[in-house]
Amino acid sequence: MFQVRIHGRGSQGVVTAAEMLSIAAFAEHKHAQAIPSFGSERMGAPVVSYVRIDDQAIELTEPVMAPDLLIIQDPTLFHSVDVFSGLAADGFVLINSARSVAELQIQEIADRLPVHHVVPVAATELAMYHLGRPTPNTVLLGALTALTDVIQLESVIKAIEDKFSGEVAQRNIAAARAAHDAARAA
Amino acid sequence: MLQQIEGSAAVARAVAMCRPEVIAAYPITPQTHIVEGLGEMVKRGDVGRCEFLNVESEFGAMSTCIGASAAGARTYTATSSQGMLFMMEAVYNASGLGLPIVMTVGNRAIGPPINIWNDWSDSMSARDAAWIQLFVEDNQQAADVHIQAFRIAETVSLPVMVCMDGFILTHAYTRVDVPEPQQVDRFLPPFRPRQVLDPDAPVTMGAMVGPEAFAEVRFLAHYKQLEALDVIPEQAAEFQRVFGRDSGGLLKSFDAEGAKIVVVTMGSVIGTMKSVLADMRAAGTSIGAVSIRSYRPFPRDALRAALAGAERVIVFEKCLAVGIGGILAGDVRMALSDLPVRVHSVIGGLGGRPITRENLRRMFEKGANDELEEPHFHDINMDVVRRELERLKNVHRPGPSAESILRDVGLVTGTRSI
Repeated sequence: MFQVRIHGRGSQGVVTAAEMLSIAAFAEHKHAQAIPSFGSERMGAPVVSYVRIDDQAIELTEPVMAPDLLIIQDPTLFHSVDVFSGLAADGFVLINSARSVAELQIQEIADRLPVHHVVPVAATELAMYHLGRPTPNTVLLGALTALTDVIQLESVIKAIEDKFSGEVAQRNIAAARAAHDAARAA
Repeated sequence: MLQQIEGSAAVARAVAMCRPEVIAAYPITPQTHIVEGLGEMVKRGDVGRCEFLNVESEFGAMSTCIGASAAGARTYTATSSQGMLFMMEAVYNASGLGLPIVMTVGNRAIGPPINIWNDWSDSMSARDAAWIQLFVEDNQQAADVHIQAFRIAETVSLPVMVCMDGFILTHAYTRVDVPEPQQVDRFLPPFRPRQVLDPDAPVTMGAMVGPEAFAEVRFLAHYKQLEALDVIPEQAAEFQRVFGRDSGGLLKSFDAEGAKIVVVTMGSVIGTMKSVLADMRAAGTSIGAVSIRSYRPFPRDALRAALAGAERVIVFEKCLAVGIGGILAGDVRMALSDLPVRVHSVIGGLGGRPITRENLRRMFEKGANDELEEPHFHDINMDVVRRELERLKNVHRPGPSAESILRDVGLVTGTRSI
């Protein structure tokens, strides 16, 4: 089972990201579960969502305690939430930031993990460029397909087409592809 | 068709295929997505001849359902938490009049302190309201059991609540085999009401009954519920014949046969429990579980059969009867009262407190070692409780405990002026 925990703030699409990731996994005929952990649902409040992906039916409903992949949509959460809690020893960390691992002051985390497992991607900037709004969620889903083989970029594109239509879908797909390329180059 | 779909959306689709003729609803988290989904489908004309009423309150919602059902319409609504409390007088009326309304309860805690998260306090507040209450384990069951609910309700002429854990199920995206309309049509015949408001053939529904006959009318309510104990498994079997999958009947046993320790619970928590119990069995503990699907009527005989051979029963429930302990535990004890079985009452998951494999394992091991106090509060921080009790004793005008505890656990900062 591959477990994902997504940290962000209200209005960044943390819950939608988890839903789309589960739809992407379903497109690959895998079992997947996305569960939001709603806090007080205000814009800007810390929000967490969980995704599990497996080849067999998933019955667990506990929060994801030991993620294989962490998606951090807002690095300012480092100061208020223990986002790295329980991260698997060979886990991945995808961070929405234009800054480097050293600049983000998380070299210590990166050193505990295999090389290239902590990847910052300037998702907000990519979202502003492609979508005209600072919503990093679909961008980061594109990026994650460059980190692991668990989900393919084409499946994320299918999930985007499932959630959005028309020009909005096309713009999100372009953003996801750009993020995939950026993460691969990182 | 298999779909990756939100639990609420799957329920809305299933309910729509049952062709309700009146839906009256008022939004409240976490059930709102269900009636929003149905509202959209009705507006698109996907639900046939259905009227969707945006009413002014939950009391209005249930009252509208009563009127519509009494006039012979297949009727649906949904609620949660305080919404259930606000409609409560009408909830009793619906069952007292024998109206086969189906209502989803997106299970949520009842405040204060205000809390939007999952537990069973709302359904439990209506446990004696003479509705049938069916608890579901996952979103496949959530979709399937709504289809069964209409047929059960209309067969026995009683209203049915389908109780699904808020957020954990209502907001979860999982794989669901969304029923096909043709299958639903084959399973669910058109509604033939037992009683209809008809100006040409007037009847009194809800007549006043005095001491000379009230007990007999109440006995009949009890008798009708017990009839459902036969109807529910019959419908479950018929559902399996039509849809090709088992979506549960009165209860479901998970390796409970012959187990010395059996956990009894309801709802979605069984999903997390199963892996803990499998690990404990592999390590040599004789332990299994029973998940109760039909809470009302309570499946006394089926439970006794499922627990045959158990020496110790651990009842885990997400609700609390303040002043005594577990509610489900009380029902289980009543069902087993003449049997030499030790029954533990465990209360957990209140207000959305996460229930994890780790904390379940610790609790089950305590149970196996006879270390559970009565009742046992699962995963509770007694240090916080003790500090608050101390403060209440020593501080002049101590103020509200809820706010004080939020400060203690660090969720609210700043000083309070006294």
